Amino acid sequence: MPGTPALTEATYYILLSLYSPRHGYGIMQQTEELSGGRVRLAAGTLYGALNTLCDKGWIALKGADEDSRRKEYMLTEKGKEILVDEVKRLKELARNGERILGEE
Amino acid sequence: MERKTITRWFWVWQFEKEEEWLNEMAAGGWVLESVGFCRYTFARCEPGAYTVRTEMHPYDDRYVKFMEETGAEYVGRMMMWIYFRKKTEDGVFDLYSDIDSKISHLDRIGKVLLAIGGANLAIGVANSFNPVVRAGWVNLLCATLLMYGLGRIHGKKEALEKERELHE
Repeated sequence: MPGTPALTEATYYILLSLYSPRHGYGIMQQTEELSGGRVRLAAGTLYGALNTLCDKGWIALKGADEDSRRKEYMLTEKGKEILVDEVKRLKELARNGERILGEE
Repeated sequence: MERKTITRWFWVWQFEKEEEWLNEMAAGGWVLESVGFCRYTFARCEPGAYTVRTEMHPYDDRYVKFMEETGAEYVGRMMMWIYFRKKTEDGVFDLYSDIDSKISHLDRIGKVLLAIGGANLAIGVANSFNPVVRAGWVNLLCATLLMYGLGRIHGKKEALEKERELHE
């Protein structure tokens, strides 16, 4: 699978968090929890990323009610495919690292 | 509640310094309550009870709502600059957490400086050839200053881009 560029950590965790529908703050909490507190998404960064990911069609607003007070987002099929590819890529990175470092 | 207003000037490229000062004030028991042109009004608070953040952001109601949902309070807006604060007990408060989004923030600032600086340059040059209006030099001075600001912002951006060569 050549050609798929690496996701940023922020993008990766946003997509992963949206495996179940969540609103903005929920994504921040889930990301922090999944990464054991290592990755913290700042709100401004998240806001920009959510807009970009919606434009790309990797995530979508849940329900047609765009004006509802708290917007919930969810992963699309396309977003899921991107995630699956990324996990493959990350496995390759980890495998190579472990293999070479493990030889010592 | 006890309040005080301080008049202070920051150049546009000093926005980090401005933010640092606002947080020093909060650490000393004065939290930002409203902003005006070069005017900052503070209210008494428990020392260190708040983190204050500022950024250049075009007017966007949805953004303010989004920030409020994450536990931040909207303090106010002065032209293109928006001010938020958050209780420190509610956790770390940053606006941007990766290099890419910090760079897009600097790009936003740069675009505004370029637009205003360009307009001043055009008006300044036009007025320099105008025998009636003798104020062209004012615009040229403004343009010079804005271009200097643009250079400073660009320098910050370059430093981040260098960092991005190694990590995000």
